[in-house]
Amino acid sequence: MKILVCISHVPDTTSKINFTEGDTKFDTNGVQFVINPNDEFGLTRAMWFKEKQGASVDVVNVGGAETEPTLRKALAIGADNAIRVNTEATDGFYVAKQLARVVQDGGYDLVIAGRESIDYNGGMVPGMLAALTGANFVNTCIGLEVEGDTATAVREIDGGKETSTTKLPLVVGGQKGLVEESDLRIPNMRGIMMARKKPLTVVEAVESAPETKAVKFEKPAPKGEVTLVSPDNVGQLVELLHNEAKAI
Amino acid sequence: MSVLVYTESEGGKFKKAAFEVASYAKEVANMLGTTVTAVSVNADDSSELGNYGVDKVLEIKNEKLTTFNAKAYADSLKQAADKEAAKVVVVSSSADSKFLASLLAVHLNAGYASNVVALPESASPFTVKRTAFTNKAFNITEISTDVKVIGLSNNAFGLKEVSGAATAEGFEPSLSDEDFTVNVTSVDKATDKVSIADAEVVVSGGRGLKGPENWGMIEELADVLGAATACSKPVSDMGWRPHGEHVGQTGKPVATNLYIAVGISGAIQHLAGINSSKVKVVINNDPEAPFFKAADYGIVGDAFEVVPQLIEKLKEFKANNA
Repeated sequence: MKILVCISHVPDTTSKINFTEGDTKFDTNGVQFVINPNDEFGLTRAMWFKEKQGASVDVVNVGGAETEPTLRKALAIGADNAIRVNTEATDGFYVAKQLARVVQDGGYDLVIAGRESIDYNGGMVPGMLAALTGANFVNTCIGLEVEGDTATAVREIDGGKETSTTKLPLVVGGQKGLVEESDLRIPNMRGIMMARKKPLTVVEAVESAPETKAVKFEKPAPKGEVTLVSPDNVGQLVELLHNEAKAI
Repeated sequence: MSVLVYTESEGGKFKKAAFEVASYAKEVANMLGTTVTAVSVNADDSSELGNYGVDKVLEIKNEKLTTFNAKAYADSLKQAADKEAAKVVVVSSSADSKFLASLLAVHLNAGYASNVVALPESASPFTVKRTAFTNKAFNITEISTDVKVIGLSNNAFGLKEVSGAATAEGFEPSLSDEDFTVNVTSVDKATDKVSIADAEVVVSGGRGLKGPENWGMIEELADVLGAATACSKPVSDMGWRPHGEHVGQTGKPVATNLYIAVGISGAIQHLAGINSSKVKVVINNDPEAPFFKAADYGIVGDAFEVVPQLIEKLKEFKANNA
């Protein structure tokens, strides 16, 4: 089985978010970039398929040269090859178009992408990629098994979960649950050394007109002070929630 | 050219989100000077949609669509959008709608903006405000395609009742075996509990509760408020509560009217996840907990003393306001 894991290069979850150039660009100054957490759960599940079922695992990112350390980290975790599509990831559809070409050229059976990146939160790349390549698709995937060309996938639904079966080729939008937080791997020295020698292929982008454009960013309005209620007067909270906040 | 809206139902009844997306679609239609067409799938009574601005309902009745199927639903909506020559398609942010929206956008050659929180800022160019960086920021997105798909955030717009009537019309999309290649074999869903996505109020517990055996009072508090229960990341990682309840950057976003956090310190990732909630309450014994900076109301105190009192006071309040 040939697996492709799509890796987004995103600011660490603890990052403070600021913008520059008249609030049109994300300010990367002092920001630590990581593998998108939703992608990392998928990558770790892919490692399981590699170790238990002999799958090959490639990773791909759509982005400039500055994203290569993130791809190297994925190689250090255990992926075999990395591909970088050399272009700026402008919108979800554009990224899906680039990935579709990589999927078609590589003949992948299973593509694992995060359900969304934690920066742009578009949540559209996995589905668009499936639609563009004609693969089956399961979103918000929290469990995945593959036997031959049949996959069993568990999907998180509102208030529960749903199990389905489908055939490869398959694209999943993954998230926590594919593996547990405690299953995530920190690359060891050997992995890091080996990652330096693994192939990282740079391919040029295919042309595609943008469909959407982030024209401006805004930060939420600063919040007012918290209203503290004494623990000896809990009834006051009920009153405030009813009369002032109109929340109950 | 109308505005098309997918109005979700469950067991034949429309979800609250269906009325919200209908309300939103109505205002978009007003901006564009057109009407609203809704698509319902196996809903019992679509006339209710008229109260939220829907002019026409394309009613799909099809046994094969009893269980949600993203491909078949997306294909049905595509055909409805073509029939109505829709320029804007509005869907909610439910798990199912997010599942189908990206497929639908590709079928329609439409630009798709998800997590939209307000009416379009302008119709030409077509720009919408959406959340980004997991609620740490907003971004204004311009959609430049002829057809546009908008995913509206839960509880971002609210319900707007109007006096109106919707005409119903049967609609039979042409579906093939190709639409049914992902087959649901089982669904595991608590039917007696409000889900986080549908909830108006969410009560959430953190490590301060010391162990899963202490969740009884969280559930009781949620019960009194008709709320869904949720938890912080450490609580789900330790297996005290199911993953589906984990709220935050790598878990679920929560956009409710009221969010009550008990024994949660307020890590930046957690606060990002709940930022879109309207009113936030924190109960924590540590006055230095970062959550107090993000909350509207707070009680510095022992959760094991405060929560039972709060439950009593809410019961009294309910009894007096019934």
